[in-house]
Amino acid sequence: MNLSSLVVPLLLALTAAYGLGKRVDVYAALTRGAQEGLAVLLRIVPALVGLLTAVSMLRASGAMECLSTLCAPVLDLLGIPPETAPLMLVRPVSGSGALAVGSELMAAHGPDSYIGRTAAVMLGSTETTFYTVAVYFGAAGIHKTRHTIPAALTADLTGFVASALAVRLFFGT
Amino acid sequence: MAMAWIWSGMVVLSLIFGLFTGNLSAVSAAALEGAAAAVELGVSMAGVLCLWSGVMEMMNASGLSAGLAQIFRPLLRRLLPSASRDPETLAAVSANVSANLLGLGNAATPLGIQAARRMARGCGGAASDELCTLVVLNTASIQLIPATVGSLRAAMGSAAPFDILPAVWLSSVLSVTAGLAAARLLSLPDRRRS
Repeated sequence: MNLSSLVVPLLLALTAAYGLGKRVDVYAALTRGAQEGLAVLLRIVPALVGLLTAVSMLRASGAMECLSTLCAPVLDLLGIPPETAPLMLVRPVSGSGALAVGSELMAAHGPDSYIGRTAAVMLGSTETTFYTVAVYFGAAGIHKTRHTIPAALTADLTGFVASALAVRLFFGT
Repeated sequence: MAMAWIWSGMVVLSLIFGLFTGNLSAVSAAALEGAAAAVELGVSMAGVLCLWSGVMEMMNASGLSAGLAQIFRPLLRRLLPSASRDPETLAAVSANVSANLLGLGNAATPLGIQAARRMARGCGGAASDELCTLVVLNTASIQLIPATVGSLRAAMGSAAPFDILPAVWLSSVLSVTAGLAAARLLSLPDRRRS
């Protein structure tokens, strides 16, 4: 038996049983969460239409490949596949943009390829840094952000290097 | 406005590159295909994304986020010592971190903002060291189950969309640690001056 095929059913069953044990209406919670998921999607799709259009155009024009080639010397040094260069550029700025670039990378290289997996781990382990900083400091009335941005970008860069490293570690290249 | 510039830049760059490389017909086709692919992607992601958002909400309703918040309290007390003296700030920060862990972005942001507002009181528009740390913590993603990426992989036909979880956890931990360490190091010169 494959252990990873156990994870999804086990997680569903455990969550449901644990909630029931606490007398929580887990089914209502499930549908409430699913509705939230739809709301998220409804927000993402219009942005995806714009961004996937632009990203597909960049790929077809050859600009994407040019960018990857340009960044390749530095990225090779860091152990990051150069194909993910556009993803790393977009990630801190736009969440939907990163999703568009990520889906494009998976379409071009396959979701279970080294590049596809690295793109997915990058998406999963980093955030839309500039957006988050703007939201928090905007709400708190802060003008001087001091060392926040350099520190946050250090986290992003580390996340990118670590993503490629973790994928090599768990799946090979 | 930033996105307006970026999007326009991408489209104009594609046009220029297409003209130079002679790929213009491919660029034109790609624009229409990209738009169609966006909606297809949204539809094929929808099921898995809704399912995992539902599971997260089940965990949340069962008190898992409250439990996680308890666990993180001692850690956050050390990370944000002076903000933690205010019990309401500490409660908001720990709820913020646990909501982030469960991927409940809509719940996490208001809690984090509430904490940030309290921490920003009386500092005259300049972020304190601890406020910088709180924001860095929020710009570094820490998610137990990255539902959006998982559903994206499922939509793209991955054999096991969630097999990346251990890799995501490892990468997240390293990235958060680096962010916090950088925030700490970068705050040292200011501290010495004052």
